[in-house]
Amino acid sequence: MIPGAFAYHRPNSVKEAVAMLADLGQDARPLAGGHSLIPMMKLRLAAPSHLIDLGGIGELSGIRADGGDIVIGAMTTQHELIADATLAARLPILRETALVIADPQVRYVGTLGGNVANGDPGNDMPAVMLCLGATYHVAGKGGERRLAARDFYEGAYMTALEPGEMVTAIRIPAPPPGHGAAYEKLKRKIGDYATAAAAVILTQSGGRVATCSIGLTNVAETPLWAEDAAKLVVGSALDAATVKKAAAAAEAIASPASDNRGPAQYRRKMAGVMVARALARAKSRAA
Amino acid sequence: MAKSQITLKVNGKAVEALVEPRTLLIHFLREQLNLTGPHIGCDTSHCGACTVDLNGKSVKSCTMFAVQAAGADILTIEGMAAPDGTLHALQEGFREMHGLQCGFCTPGMIMRAHRLLQEKPNPNEDEIRLGISGNLCRCTGYQNIVKAIQYAAAKLSGVPVKEAAE
Repeated sequence: MIPGAFAYHRPNSVKEAVAMLADLGQDARPLAGGHSLIPMMKLRLAAPSHLIDLGGIGELSGIRADGGDIVIGAMTTQHELIADATLAARLPILRETALVIADPQVRYVGTLGGNVANGDPGNDMPAVMLCLGATYHVAGKGGERRLAARDFYEGAYMTALEPGEMVTAIRIPAPPPGHGAAYEKLKRKIGDYATAAAAVILTQSGGRVATCSIGLTNVAETPLWAEDAAKLVVGSALDAATVKKAAAAAEAIASPASDNRGPAQYRRKMAGVMVARALARAKSRAA
Repeated sequence: MAKSQITLKVNGKAVEALVEPRTLLIHFLREQLNLTGPHIGCDTSHCGACTVDLNGKSVKSCTMFAVQAAGADILTIEGMAAPDGTLHALQEGFREMHGLQCGFCTPGMIMRAHRLLQEKPNPNEDEIRLGISGNLCRCTGYQNIVKAIQYAAAKLSGVPVKEAAE
């Protein structure tokens, strides 16, 4: 399959890239790892006239601690997330999530920025970002602004990004030491999008849940932040009855489509099952 | 659309070429460089038959534009055997352990296994299976592919290969 023709640009800085995005207009798309965009271009579902390859912009890659936050450049690949020692120690849910995305070849190339900015409800990282309360650094011709991940997703492939803007970094408040987190993904095979998936982060105090946040993948047009489900488990010892209620609260906000992964009713139920499993695993990892 | 001039290294040789921006790396390798080892299987980044090594990473060359590979160092199956024709340990392993039937997936499997063994010289069976999870084989059931990679891992680590063939 051969994509439609386009002009190729390779800027060396974010400043240059956003100037190009602004000048070239709506027919220009930034190209990160390309593992969502290029398949869509091959199917002619996307036909940008200009591609702005971000691969030459060094400032967009890397993982650093900034006070109590961890800041990850948008062009950092899933493979780099998996290999990073700081993340493994301080934010292990990112490694766990990256490992269930696609396959090794795709993870060498696919980026965190592309995964969160594309707006595909099947992508795994957005729900994790809702769960963690991440903020996206967004650059445009007028300068930088910051958008909460929880306000970013508006619909399938629709985000709060304005024309001419791009995500440059992802800022995540580092969870406290002793937290427990888990990403549970039900998929038919390696490389598949989730039938349903849940991200959970929690802290415990005296055997009870002190704080909890839950995100859901691929059970609606956007990733979901399951605020009510998380509130239900705070203060509990995650007994069976409470977990059941939390799962039901997650199911209540899910509105999956029926697809090859199963009918909507099944996928909604699986959202609850993933929440229950992720809660149990996060608890087992919490101090 | 204006063509772009790219220079890169393929199998140790400097290459200079003009490419249309929309030319996929797999088409560039197969049609402009006549390197037909990397195959087009699914053409949708699932099957891994087009896998090549690019700057020390395994990539699916059907999901990358040739212009993105400007300046890169690429290794394809054609670059694996020694110049005198002596097979690479992985190629020998696939032959010895019957790691292929039709052979269509083999170049991608070998290039992926090559990078896996660079990163993890002595992988266990689970690590091998996860390592090649982006490569599909429709003939073998993977059993002998795993054995072939184990054979190569042993040979490259200097372990007598008879043990690997058990």
